[in-house]
Amino acid sequence: MTLVSVKSLTRVFDVSKPWLNRLIERLPKRHLTAVSDVSFDIPERTTYALVGESGSGKSTIGKMVVGLLRPTSGHVEIGGVDLVTEKDRAAIDRVRSDIQMIFQDPFASLNPRWRVRDIIVEPVAARGGDTTGMAERLLEQVGLSADDVGKYPHQFSGGQRQRICVARALASEPKLIVCDEPTSALDVSVQAQVLNMMSDLKDEHGLTYLFISHDLTVVRHMADTIGVLYLGRLVEEAPPETLFTTPAHPYTAMLIDAAPRLDAFGREVEPPEGEIPDPIDPPKGCAFHPRCPLAIDRCTAERPALKPFGPGRVACHRAGEITLKGAA
Amino acid sequence: MTVPVPVLSLRDLTVDIPTRHGTLRPVDQVSWDIARGEILGVVGESGAGKSMTGNAVIGLLDPPAHISGGQVLLEGERIDDLPLAKMRRIRGKRIGMVFQDPLTSLNPLLTVGDQLTETILRHLDVDREEAAQRAIRGLDEVGIPSARNRMGAYPHEFSGGMRQRVVIALALCAEPTLLIADEPTTALDVSVQAQIIALLKRLCRERGMAAMLITHDMGVIAETADRVAVMYAGRLAEIGPVAQIVGQPRHPYTDGLMASTPAASAGQARLRQIPGAMPRLNALPDGCAFSPRCPRAQDRCRHDPRPRVGEADARAACWFPIEPEEDAA
Amino acid sequence: MSDLPDATRQGPKPTERLETAEVVRPSRWRAIWDADLAWSFRHSPVAMVAAFVTLALVLAAIFAPLVATTNPFDPSSLNLMNGFSAPGVPNAFTGETFWLGTDDQGRDVYSTILYGLRISLFVGFMAVLFALVLGVTLGLLAGYLGGWTETVIMRVADVQLTFPSILVALLIFGIARGIIPIEYRDQMAIWVLILAIGLSDWVQFARVVRGATLVEKNKEYVQAARLIGRSSGAIMLRHILPNVLSPVLVIATISLALAIIAEATLSFLGVGAPPTQPSLGTLIRIGQDFLFSGEWWILFFPACTLLALALSVNLLGDWLRDALNPRLK
Repeated sequence: MTLVSVKSLTRVFDVSKPWLNRLIERLPKRHLTAVSDVSFDIPERTTYALVGESGSGKSTIGKMVVGLLRPTSGHVEIGGVDLVTEKDRAAIDRVRSDIQMIFQDPFASLNPRWRVRDIIVEPVAARGGDTTGMAERLLEQVGLSADDVGKYPHQFSGGQRQRICVARALASEPKLIVCDEPTSALDVSVQAQVLNMMSDLKDEHGLTYLFISHDLTVVRHMADTIGVLYLGRLVEEAPPETLFTTPAHPYTAMLIDAAPRLDAFGREVEPPEGEIPDPIDPPKGCAFHPRCPLAIDRCTAERPALKPFGPGRVACHRAGEITLKGAA
Repeated sequence: MTVPVPVLSLRDLTVDIPTRHGTLRPVDQVSWDIARGEILGVVGESGAGKSMTGNAVIGLLDPPAHISGGQVLLEGERIDDLPLAKMRRIRGKRIGMVFQDPLTSLNPLLTVGDQLTETILRHLDVDREEAAQRAIRGLDEVGIPSARNRMGAYPHEFSGGMRQRVVIALALCAEPTLLIADEPTTALDVSVQAQIIALLKRLCRERGMAAMLITHDMGVIAETADRVAVMYAGRLAEIGPVAQIVGQPRHPYTDGLMASTPAASAGQARLRQIPGAMPRLNALPDGCAFSPRCPRAQDRCRHDPRPRVGEADARAACWFPIEPEEDAA
Repeated sequence: MSDLPDATRQGPKPTERLETAEVVRPSRWRAIWDADLAWSFRHSPVAMVAAFVTLALVLAAIFAPLVATTNPFDPSSLNLMNGFSAPGVPNAFTGETFWLGTDDQGRDVYSTILYGLRISLFVGFMAVLFALVLGVTLGLLAGYLGGWTETVIMRVADVQLTFPSILVALLIFGIARGIIPIEYRDQMAIWVLILAIGLSDWVQFARVVRGATLVEKNKEYVQAARLIGRSSGAIMLRHILPNVLSPVLVIATISLALAIIAEATLSFLGVGAPPTQPSLGTLIRIGQDFLFSGEWWILFFPACTLLALALSVNLLGDWLRDALNPRLK
């Protein structure tokens, strides 16, 4: 069953200078399309990963899914309820307690003046629920000691703080947890601990994850389905093994090839060309065409639609024409 | 036959930070050599002392941190006890530096061309005309398109990747023999990171320059370095050729570190993890600092003075290193 | 909470406990003594002297009725014959000796200072408290809500900043005098003074709190609270407010010194505390009339007290600012 359904999601930011500057310098208004017409579904009890480089709009999508940001157009439905248009207060409240989020920076995501106990039970306490013994139980679930409830966040290491964030996210017994780069601020050995714990909790609690990351290796490990974003557009969606062995979009292939590999000492690769274009003024047609080795005239003129391809979907005019090299 | 003098030698380098709760030792008796044309990768997790080691070499420790023991030799000559003014001549001239954030290394108010030309004039005995020519060649070499036209551009007019290229050009314009790169690609996107790695490798090879590449990313190390030094809690845990460190680690920490990267366990349900976290510097355990987390630890590890790299011909600082014939479990 | 060391505690997963590099928890008093702020206090002679002087003056003001020789504003205890007694010299008519002399009406200067200190400190504290509550509230609202709320609040603040605060206080004082019926004027004078000084001083609280709020509201713990569905009021009060208070504390201390001086200035100008409830400023104004006829002590001792008070509170504020600012350490 589909838990999250994202339909033609678009978000435009106004990045103009203040009106007085515009008036004096005769500048036009400037708009940044951070997310452009993105659609995907997340079935219950699966992990859907969004992967992309800076400016791909992955965090913006995450914020719109949890309702921290309103879409410019399009919808996010969670369990059939759209938080933006829903009128029924009870339905909104139910859906809100079904969604939680884990953030990137474990140092900024816990209020430094609160005790761990208050931090963890806040999602429940804010709704007037019973929280007796809850913080202790949750702390033990995430591998910390129940004795830690009276401490303050600064008494913990980065990995431990991220565990506290997970405990807070679990407090309201949510169905969906949006994880925005949950381990990119952590060291490798601690990252492994946190990722393993998240996998375990997913099975125990029947959770659904929307996992946002720039790290392909982490995504490959965690996801059931991977969506690749480029300049706010979903360019490819496929299960991890398909994506890594037979990428269908040339950007995916480039990304996989560019990622440093452990077994690759002495590898002499031709690094990818060019950089991500300015998202305020993205290229016409397919946004990737200036860097694409396969681009033809059609790519510069017409934006490719996301169409079913193999077990996934891809937005490329030349999908299937040429076999791209992937990683083993 | 004479043995060539290594470009950089650390001899038991030790850094102390006196605090009111006692003295912390973020770098503890670290020794290694880097030869001409060699890239030494320094890996470790945050707090391992890798950046502090780099800063100690270039004499840029923030007080009260200071070198409290050991020596730093640049081409056989001691530089750790030089007065500030002499050290400043060496930085930039004989040691080039690249940091994580390119903006901190560039003056936002000067054009890229001016910064390069000034640096060349300060360190090399050339006239302004020649310096400008060299600056253009430098930008060209690091892959800035139409370098001559970009000389008049300011740092903010470049993209992140291009800016890091400019920083590399700036670090190399006085033709140093040693390059210290501290997390040079951490702030960059994957595709740009690959470009910068390829650039660093090519420049070291072409110029016969030695490089010390500090990073937390095993993948970057595996692709770039010739040899790898693994640091843990301020100490050198293991050092050796990259293929051995990645392929056949001998120190249990190196082994755990490599195995816990998601890339190493592709296709497995669970990642291998090292329990616990690195101890804080004010609470180091006796003996081997890794012993509380180590699956192979025995009594000797917890009580005996810690083992060191180089003793009894060992490249790993471990009493019970993983033997090559053991199957890395 | 158990005070046992970690190793003896019954943790569910012993290996995980290693992440906490924590020692036995000291007692509460010990913790306060060891805190960075207390340490910095103990190592700053200036702060200690300033704190001692402030404390002594505050205690003297609180216990004025006990430490003063007479109640200078009880007409029945006054003897006009004691007027203009020089410090330490027995009065020619009554033979009484006043160590700090007396004024024209025979009031003991030492006692008038103690009672004046009461008024000055009361007005200062209350005015700062008023400015603090107003400024912090408006700053929080402006920073968190943004939009037109912010525009209105911060424009008003900007406009007010363009006038000297003493002018603003004079204006408010004047308006209040106009509104309040004449028979209540002396009774209300103190409260009008507090209102005037408070209203002229809220801007800096608002500006600092708004700045800190802008930083805090983008932190992820605030987003987490929004996600839960917490109301804006709850987020501002429970999440943001505790995190923006340390700069407020610094400003409040420095403001206290400024408010005391502002009160003295207004009283000196004759628009502040009435002669029936004289503050230090009123005493200085009175003393000024006799300065050129040789009775210097009537002005000198209240002025010294004001100087000591304002200076020590200000130094305390400076120390607090440095001690709470990690960048200056």
